Amino acid sequence: MILAQLVLNGLLVGAVYALFSSGLTLIWGMMNVVNFAHGDFVMLAMYVAFFAATLLGWGPAAFVPLAAMALFLLGVLVYLMLVRHVMRGPMLAQILSTFGLALVLRYAALWAFSANFVSLPEDLTGEVVTRGGLRLEPSRVLAGIAALLVTLGLHLLLTRTALGSRLLAVAEDRTAAMLVGIRPDPMQALAWGIGAACTGIAGGLIALFFYVAPSVGESLVLIAFVVVCLGGFGSVPGALVAGLAIGVIEALSAFWVGAAFKDVVVYALFLGALWFRPQGLLGKA
Amino acid sequence: MPITRRGTLALPALALAAGPAAAQGAPVKIGVLLPLTGNAASAGNSARAAIELATELVNTPHPELAAMPLMATAGLPNLGGRKLEAVFADNQGNPSVGQNQALRLITQERVVGLTNGYQSSVALTASAVAERYGIPYVNGESVATNLTERGFKWFFRTTPIGPDIARVYLDFIEEQQKQGRPVGKIAIVHENTEYGTSIADTIAKEAEARGRQIGLGIAYSANSADVSPQVLQMKDAQPDVAIFISYTSDAILYMRTMRAQGYKPPILIGDDSGFSDDSFIQTVGDISQGVINRSAFDASRPGSNSNKINALYKAKTGREMDDTTARMMQGFLVMADAINRAGSTEPAKIQAALRATDLKPDQLMIGYRGVRFNEKGQNVLASALLVQLRGKEYVSVWPEDQASAPLELPFKGWS
Repeated sequence: MILAQLVLNGLLVGAVYALFSSGLTLIWGMMNVVNFAHGDFVMLAMYVAFFAATLLGWGPAAFVPLAAMALFLLGVLVYLMLVRHVMRGPMLAQILSTFGLALVLRYAALWAFSANFVSLPEDLTGEVVTRGGLRLEPSRVLAGIAALLVTLGLHLLLTRTALGSRLLAVAEDRTAAMLVGIRPDPMQALAWGIGAACTGIAGGLIALFFYVAPSVGESLVLIAFVVVCLGGFGSVPGALVAGLAIGVIEALSAFWVGAAFKDVVVYALFLGALWFRPQGLLGKA
Repeated sequence: MPITRRGTLALPALALAAGPAAAQGAPVKIGVLLPLTGNAASAGNSARAAIELATELVNTPHPELAAMPLMATAGLPNLGGRKLEAVFADNQGNPSVGQNQALRLITQERVVGLTNGYQSSVALTASAVAERYGIPYVNGESVATNLTERGFKWFFRTTPIGPDIARVYLDFIEEQQKQGRPVGKIAIVHENTEYGTSIADTIAKEAEARGRQIGLGIAYSANSADVSPQVLQMKDAQPDVAIFISYTSDAILYMRTMRAQGYKPPILIGDDSGFSDDSFIQTVGDISQGVINRSAFDASRPGSNSNKINALYKAKTGREMDDTTARMMQGFLVMADAINRAGSTEPAKIQAALRATDLKPDQLMIGYRGVRFNEKGQNVLASALLVQLRGKEYVSVWPEDQASAPLELPFKGWS
């Protein structure tokens, strides 16, 4: 029974990893820009949820869309004000600019919200339910369902819509896309907006069961890079598979090998997987 | 700055030259090293307020605190009522600044003794200067064990350190066993850097010395994204006692995850740091009812020295005194008492008086069993008491003679 609970918890945590990584994989895959401020985007979304819940008394049905909209705007702004300009510079400038943005966001949060840990009220999504001896936290189940929906939605958007084709065209060859009449700037701004909005959904849902603090992005962001890399750059379904796999592997290795060593197992398997599939699990070679 | 420094340099030199009769009015100076700027500035400034309060209490009569030395009288009676003066120096939390400031206090300010330091690393360098100059140094707060393992003759420390903390936990556990509670299986869950590892090792050693085993040891990396495997490990092993050595973020996650997994250890001890943080109480306090924690300072018993001191401190600063500030103030008061008993400002006489220190619990403002130094300069009667979370605050519950509320077991958590 412990083992079943362990795997279940691993899957739910993995779904959170996938949800957390979906925005990153979109931006990374679409534009070849690594957004180092990703974790801090999630942190801001968590604060949006926190203030909406504590000051306005909102529930997740209201504050998750609010966080998504707020982050959409932030994503578009970051693209227009920062990324668009540094894209013309050398690779190093692109890397350092989002890294600088991460620090600005983090320390601004520290200044505005203080270093204290806060949390949302406990009862927003109801009590833990027991099914067949397994304990399910409604907030985590909600995050898991959202991860599936977001993945599905992004996948359909990219593969089944004209907008998705235009986004992919710009990603593949900016010049060629321009030649067939696609203006790259609005497309890329939109990609940043959609990517950041996914981050907003993730932050709003994670805030339901995690603590909120200016440093919270750091605890989660490394795993997001691993998820994106293992899943395959830009592959949204890949991020879901990778997130779930990492969640379960972490849970089992923490239980059997020891919590302090679980990262050794996870990263060794990660390196091994890349040895055989450098493009990631579902990435295109 | 250099001008005033030179100015103050002349005064004590004159006083010394003129001899004891003329020195009647000159205050006795104690150098106080504190991090008044930098990362630990909030702790340093709280301690400064507490030590200013200590100086006022020594220099003016306070009959209501007559149980404590020097409180009922004005000044230092054995030195003809000379007043006490604390000379503060900012160590910026930096060992080399602390070293330079110690040198300045000794050679220019002519202090008769040094106290505090706050960071163990600063106390380490500053006390080395005092040792070289043969000036007594009393530290009330730094816990690194090696501070009193260097064979120093002039360094004295009043705070409980790792082994004392381990002793408190095991004494408590053994007493619970006498009262018929199962304690056979002890789990230690600790973060895997210096703090968590050293405290966990010390507890394990103490347990072994008493013929007990640590049934389950779980080391984890701080700032985890998920702690549910560790909680399931405990749920599987069902320890009787769980001791957590964690920083705030992990302490919060452990409480939330234990609740989600429906697991409560019968006795849950959270070692200071994360579990003492006000953020912990604000975020998960209501699902952590009955968590046991350590502290040396409990101001909740009316009529106790701690209670009275806390009231005076609150009147001065508007804040409650915390455990660290209280330990720092107690260290300073031990130095003042030793100077008075020495009846002299001669370093060797103060050192002898410090060695002869034998303060009883009711002579202290903090919950130690007393102050008596061993040959290493460590207070052998240093102890911590155990507090338990009730509502939004910790109340003292053990040992019984220092308890302000009855111990409530098993761990309640959430209702």
